[in-house]
This record gives sequence, structure tokens and C-alpha cells, in this order.
Amino acid sequence: MSTRPMLIRGGRLVDPAAGTDGLRDLLLRDGAVAAVEQPGQLAAVANATVIDAAGLVVAPGLVDIHVHLREPGQGYKETIATGTAAAAAGGFTSVSCMPNTIPVNDTPEITRWMLAPERRAVVNVFPIGAATAGSMGEALTDYDALRDAGAVGVSDDGKPILGDEIMRQTLIAAAKAGLPVIQHAEDTRLTGGCSMSAGPVAFKLGLRGYTVEAEGRIVERDLRLMREIVKADKGVRPHLHVAHLSTARALEAVKQARKEGLHVTCEVAPHHFTLTDESVGDYDTHRKMYPPLRDEMNREAMIAGLLEGHIDAIATDHAPHAAHEKQVEFERAANGITGLETALGLTLRLLHKKHGMKLERVIELLSLAPAKVLSLHGRGALSAGAAADVLLFEPGAEWIFHASESRSKSKNTPFDGWSLPGRVAMTIRNGQIVYKR
Amino acid sequence: MAGKKTSTRVSRQAAASQTSIPISQTASPYPAGSLLSVAHLSLEEVGGILAAASELEAAAPKDRATLLEGRKVALLFYESSTRTRTSFELAAKSLGVVTTLVSDKSSSIEKGESLKDTGITLRALGAECIVLRHLSSGSPYLLAKETGLPVLNAGDGMHEHPSQALLDLRTMLARLRLAPVAKSTATISKATLRGVTVVITGDILHSRVARSNAMLLPRLGAKVVLCGPRELLPEDALKLGPGVSIERDFDKALARADVAMMLRIQKERLAGLQLDLAAYTEQYQLHAERLAIYAPNAAVLHPGPMNRGLEITSEVADGPQSMIEEQVRHGVAVRMALLVRALQANGQSGTREARA
Repeated sequence: MSTRPMLIRGGRLVDPAAGTDGLRDLLLRDGAVAAVEQPGQLAAVANATVIDAAGLVVAPGLVDIHVHLREPGQGYKETIATGTAAAAAGGFTSVSCMPNTIPVNDTPEITRWMLAPERRAVVNVFPIGAATAGSMGEALTDYDALRDAGAVGVSDDGKPILGDEIMRQTLIAAAKAGLPVIQHAEDTRLTGGCSMSAGPVAFKLGLRGYTVEAEGRIVERDLRLMREIVKADKGVRPHLHVAHLSTARALEAVKQARKEGLHVTCEVAPHHFTLTDESVGDYDTHRKMYPPLRDEMNREAMIAGLLEGHIDAIATDHAPHAAHEKQVEFERAANGITGLETALGLTLRLLHKKHGMKLERVIELLSLAPAKVLSLHGRGALSAGAAADVLLFEPGAEWIFHASESRSKSKNTPFDGWSLPGRVAMTIRNGQIVYKR
Repeated sequence: MAGKKTSTRVSRQAAASQTSIPISQTASPYPAGSLLSVAHLSLEEVGGILAAASELEAAAPKDRATLLEGRKVALLFYESSTRTRTSFELAAKSLGVVTTLVSDKSSSIEKGESLKDTGITLRALGAECIVLRHLSSGSPYLLAKETGLPVLNAGDGMHEHPSQALLDLRTMLARLRLAPVAKSTATISKATLRGVTVVITGDILHSRVARSNAMLLPRLGAKVVLCGPRELLPEDALKLGPGVSIERDFDKALARADVAMMLRIQKERLAGLQLDLAAYTEQYQLHAERLAIYAPNAAVLHPGPMNRGLEITSEVADGPQSMIEEQVRHGVAVRMALLVRALQANGQSGTREARA
């Protein structure tokens, strides 16, 4: 598709890949970044759409490597069209969707179905394929075929791979296919009947507690398998990505493994560095998700891990659910909250404004770094040749997030009514405006 | 209008005015008249409820029977219950309330109707207050929020059983003669139970009774000592509030007890937890010898149902220190007061007429 070139002028360009943070003009052409120049240098581009970005931050389009788009099978919660519209409104130009759809995305046919133009995705979709057939944890899927159809990783998200032998096979086969294994680290043998994090708050509310051990044990087990695999065959280098890490204990295990040189990455969700179990309050089902909100010590550990660089990426675990799935008893309520439209604001609020993280690093954690985790080449950067995926936002503007105005089909968010910094002004994907305020 | 009782016979008017119970303006964002958690009650309200319980108990049945005549209360029970259900029902009926029992076994709940829809249906059918017993912690909050009706929590999962804590409190006050079973709200203060130690023993983890008592009694000055094995009493229990401590040694705990409250092992909630019942009985059973040695003057309470021979022996349960029957009796009075409070809060009442 041929489109007019786009010239974005006068903005503060923040591009972590190039180490740029300053006034630059940006030229997009044919779906790619054509040039980045000092202000004024690109003034004379014939036929270009000119966008005045004065006062705005111009950044790579954000990348969310953990979302649930619910299609196929649960279009009443979200569709690929509505989920990607929410992504665009939140400044994301690429999302990676988990395979726990109905049916599970365990074949190249389903992967291709997700990627078909009929789904009307407005941002780039990078599906994650199921690691095992039906995510039942028994037989591996065909990783080469999934990869060739467009899958960028394998996972049984929500249904952790518990068996040692099947996890070992998964790590080896994925390494051979060049794919990361994304593990939802939860020892479900320890979390039956649980609905929030274990601790005094759960005790007081009379809810069974999901312990720190339930996460830590799976991460530690996975890392042990990694060590064994690497020891047995130096030629195999598996990549484990720990999804939505929530505990200091699991983070310690990851840090140790990285020191040893294992290829381990991890992500943290904004709600896990923003909220604690205290905020479950009177059984607010919009504060129920897996892994659950942890205590203050663990929340602080997530902040420290992000500030110190031990956590690779921020990912939302955007998990839309219909109202009737949340307006039920806490223990029966669906797990998860939406996150695409609040991630930038929450990250700016907590990490940039409260903890002084540089804007460039904030952008990196939300774009370049997650793109690297899943090897999404050309995403999360704005140098010449990179994808023409751009986010423009007002860094100083405080705005109120209203769930009712969300582009997502579902409104299950604990952040309704929150005042957040950093208002998205425009999202450009592949050289086309996909969101404009 | 005079609220003073001048004769033993309480007129309908007098009964109505005297049982005007202070309703919380502060702690709870839920429909007025609800009782979801003891934490939502100010001490003034606790006093008001206990005072009203006494007034209502003392009133002539004939007068009581017209107090809430024709008002409608739904008893929504998702869990089996003998004493709580019957107690609420008898309390309601003695006030002239029309009750309807909806249980999970004989209703559309069996067909999968949600709690929200069940509540809305009951409201549409005219229920002005719902008494809810539910197996899921926090469900009364949902019901109150979704229906806007006053909800009385008759036990929710492992969370709370606030009317039980109030009736336990009334039982203790009567037994310890610390207050003449509250004639005025002023009798309840943060010093009412000063110097009193209440030992709660058994399956604390799964007990809503323990939580409600441990959160209420220390606010009146009591010391609450929780006792039980680690599997049934995690250290997290200490954070229920100030005035709560843990003593694993039952004999030591008992030696401090003015009140010994025994709890049953909740087999239905053990969720795979393996427990050596013989060892448990050996360590934690309240039997006559133990009681005679360590707590010869303590009041013995049990919210029921009891497992005789397990946490308590028949000799103790039926013995002179046992207040178990009294607890049940106090329950009816307290629940009458809670129903009056709930229905007064929920407008257009017969009592309003009486007050006018």
C-alpha cells in the first residue's frame, strides 16, 4: 500500500535504541522511518503530510508482549479489532497475544486466522503459539510450523507447564525453533481455591492465599531445567521468558540465572508495581488477577528491579472480561484486568515521576526492550529503516482515565477515574494514523 | 415522644421509639442498616444494638409482633444452617416480619442464577432486607452493592459472622455481669471488657466466628488469645488487629481465660489439609479435667455446631460453665435488633407511622 510520506516536525524525539532525546524531525515513508534529522533539515519533502509535534514527545510505538485479545472464541470480551483499538489508544503499535483462546492457538491455521486482514487489527499483532496441544501440558505443538505462520514465542499462559519432562522438551524444541518459551509461573498444585495473595489481608478477608512459593517454585524449577539442558548440550541455548513476574523471590532466581549466563528474561505488569493486596479492600474484583496483587515488599521489589535493570520489560497482561464475569463473588470472579490504555500513564506516574526514571528508559521498557525479548526486529526504534510505528504524547498533561471511554470491549480496570500523566496524542502504525485524540 | 418505659408492658409506640438504633454514618459505604462486618460498627452502634436487643427481648410478644408488621425479609441461604437461620427467622417472625426462605437447594440458584440476579429478583418481589449465608467470603458486599438493600451477613465463607460476634458479646456481658445487659448505649465503650481475656481455640483459619470476635472484642478492651496448631492458625492472624495474640499451648491459654470459646474443625473447608485428629484432640480438646485445672471459673462458649468428643466433651458442653444454650437465646434478641435496624434504615415502615 502506497501512502503519502509523513513528516513529524518539532517534537522531542526519544529513541532509546539510538540514545536520542532531543528535538528532531522524523520522516516516515513506505511504512518505514526514512530519516531522522535536526529540526528544519527535512523541511522540503514533496507531498508529505506534516504533523506538528511541538510540545510532544515522539517515541517509538509501544510494544506490549502480553495481551489477551480473546479471539477466536470469546468475542464478547474482546475482539482483535477492539483490543488493538485499545492498544492504539494507549500508544501501542505492536501487541503479542496469548494463545488461551477458544480453541487454543496451537496450530498454524489458528495463528494465520488471527493474522488475517478480516480481523481488522489496527496495530501489529504477534501471536504466541501454544507450547502444548490444547495447552494441556502433554504433547508439544509444531513449533516450526507455528513460527512460520507468524508465532513469535510459545506459551501455555494461564496453564503453566508443570511436568518437568514436558517443560524440558518445550525448552529444547523452542530453542531449536528459535522461539522463547514464555512461562506463566504458577504451581497450580499450590493455588487451588486461592483468589488473592497469601498474607494478613487474605487472612482477614477469609480468602485462600496464593503464596510467593507458588510462583517461585516454578521459576526455580524452570531455571534448573535450563541449567541441565545447557550442561547436557552446549549447542542448545533455550530462552525462558518469565511472564508477569510478581515476587521478589522469583526475581532473585532470575537475577541469579542471568549472572550465570542463562538466557532468561522477565516482564512486570503495571498493576504489580502500582497496587498491593491491601487495595483489594472490600473484595473489589477489579483487583483480582493472576498472579495476584502482592504486598508492599514485593511491589517495591518490582520497582527496584525495574530501576536497577533486572526486569527486561513492562507488559500489561491486558485481560478483558465482561461485566457479568466480574460482578460475582470474589472467589468466582474471572482473573485479570485490562491494561493497554493505562500502561504508559502508570509507568510515567510510578517510575518517571515518583522514582525519577529517565523518560528514555521508560520508553525503552515499553517499546525497545519488549521488542527485543520477542526478537521483533525493527520495532521499538526510530532509526532509519525501522518500522514507521510512532507514538506522540503530551508528557506533562494529566488526564483522567474513564473506563467507560475505553476502546476495549471490557471495562474491568481498577484504574477508572485515575489521574495519569502522559496523554497519548497520536499513534501511527506503519506510517498511518491509527489513533488521534 | 417519651421513650421511657413506665410499665413492663411496652406500648407499640414506645417500643418503636426505643428501638431506634444509631446507624453508622461513617465506616460503611453500603446501604444503611446493613451489617456486613463488625468493622463497620462504631462502639455506639454496638451499644445501640445491644440496648435494642434488651428492649425487644423485654417487650411483650404481642407488642413486638406489630413492630415490623408486614415488612418483608428474605433469608437467602447458600449453606446449610440450623441455628443462624432459625434464629433469624424466629427473630423476624416475632416482630411481625414476613419472611421467605430461599436456599440453594430449592431455587433457581441450582440452575446457575447468579447472586446478583437472585438479589435483584428478591428485591423485585418486595424484599426490604436480605439475610445472607453464603459459602464465598465477601458475597454480602456484592449483594448489598448490587441490590442497594440492607444486607445482614449471616456468615460468609471464612470471612465474618458479625451477628454471632454480637450475640457472643451479649452472652459474655451477661455472664461476666460487666454490664446489666445493656440498657443504654453508654454501657459499651473501649473499656467495657478491660481485663477480660477471651481464648478462641480450634480451627481459626476457616472460622468466620473467630474473625468477627477477634475484630470486635479488642475494641471493647478485651484481650483475644487465639489458640490452635499452625495449620489451623497461621501467624497472619495476628494482623487481625491490636489486642490479638497467639498461644499455641492450650493449657497456658486456658489458664488466662475468662471466656473459653471452642471452635469445631471445619471438615468441609479443609481443602486437602491433612490433620491428625487424635493428636488434635489430645492437645486441644476442652474436657472437664482440663477445665477444672486451668479455667475453673471461665465461661465456655461454642458457636455450634459442636463435634462432641472432638473439640469439646459432652461433660463440658452440658456442664455448669457452659453458656452454649444461652448463646442461642441471646442470638434471637440480637437478631431482632439487627432486623429492626435494617428495616428502619430502609424507609417506609410501620415504625415510621408509629413514630409520627
